[in-house]
Amino acid sequence: MRRSNEPLFWSLFSAGGVVTALLVPALILVTGFLVPAERVEFGRLEAILSHPVGRLALFGVASLTFIHAAHRLRHVLVDMGLRRFRGPIAVAAYLAAIGGAAWAATVAFA
Amino acid sequence: MTQAPSDATTIRLEIARYRPEQDERPVLERYDVPYRHEWVVLDALNYLKDHIDGTLSYRWSCRMGICGSCGMMVNGVPKLTCSAFLRDYLPGPIRVEPMANFPVERDLVTVLDDFMEKFQAVKPWIIRDGEQPLEEGEYRQTPAQLADFKQFSMCINCMLCYAACPVYQHEDEFLGPAVLALAQRYNHDSRDQGKGERQELIWSDEGIWDCTFVGECSAVCPKHVDPAGAIQQAKVESTVGWYRSFLAPFGRG
Repeated sequence: MRRSNEPLFWSLFSAGGVVTALLVPALILVTGFLVPAERVEFGRLEAILSHPVGRLALFGVASLTFIHAAHRLRHVLVDMGLRRFRGPIAVAAYLAAIGGAAWAATVAFA
Repeated sequence: MTQAPSDATTIRLEIARYRPEQDERPVLERYDVPYRHEWVVLDALNYLKDHIDGTLSYRWSCRMGICGSCGMMVNGVPKLTCSAFLRDYLPGPIRVEPMANFPVERDLVTVLDDFMEKFQAVKPWIIRDGEQPLEEGEYRQTPAQLADFKQFSMCINCMLCYAACPVYQHEDEFLGPAVLALAQRYNHDSRDQGKGERQELIWSDEGIWDCTFVGECSAVCPKHVDPAGAIQQAKVESTVGWYRSFLAPFGRG
């Protein structure tokens, strides 16, 4: 019986689920509502996100969210009956996530 | 329980019949049986077999949700028919079919060979390197050690979780909810030392990793075993083991 490598993908998926559930609503609240309403000063937010730790956190949230979405999409599509294409679906989903993570890196570390 | 008795006198059953010698595929047949407030679907089936059509085949034994024999699809949902009250399905009709995801042998009887094979494959018994001598007394467990696996030991092998599992529906190889919960029951027993022997199978793609946490197994479980929770727990353990095997390749997995 071959040992599964699913733990790698599943752990990243789980991490993505946690950050998505915990941090993304807060980020939407801050960037979408509090900054436009001038309850949070834009300069302060920019200072936080320009700090190396802030950049790393931003990259972490974005890339893990992409991986989470890719993993879920992969399994949902297979569960919904596309079992014959499970290989290509997995490759396409994770490539898209890696692409998203690379994009997040260019934004976060620009 | 709180419902007032209905004034219904009969209720219609739609039963999936499959008699291999005459039916090419299962066909629904309709029967009207007496309605009684305190009757369950199994009572109605027993009435049907005793008074209307003695050729109907189905499994049952204890009538009290212990033996796990009378699992069937009731209006499309996996149920123990001894615990499914007619009054919850008024005014009817009630569709009774064999458990989904299993081959049908005859009428409401399914073929269980696949489950039985997988059941044995996870070695659902206490494995020890050696027994301690009698004079050392019994193997003692704290309440906390008991609580760690007790919930998973409540399984009655009724297989409703297999009938509900959309992954098992497509993946013949998937070990399935009850068997994986049972493996967890022994892996978490403080008296057991067989985790390593079960690990290879449990942690494989055909084991826990086929599960996509749909959760229907736990929703239909009549004993609240929560197989989905057991599998999630095992996924965490498998993931820790996976990373540990990289960090300490020569250590214990």
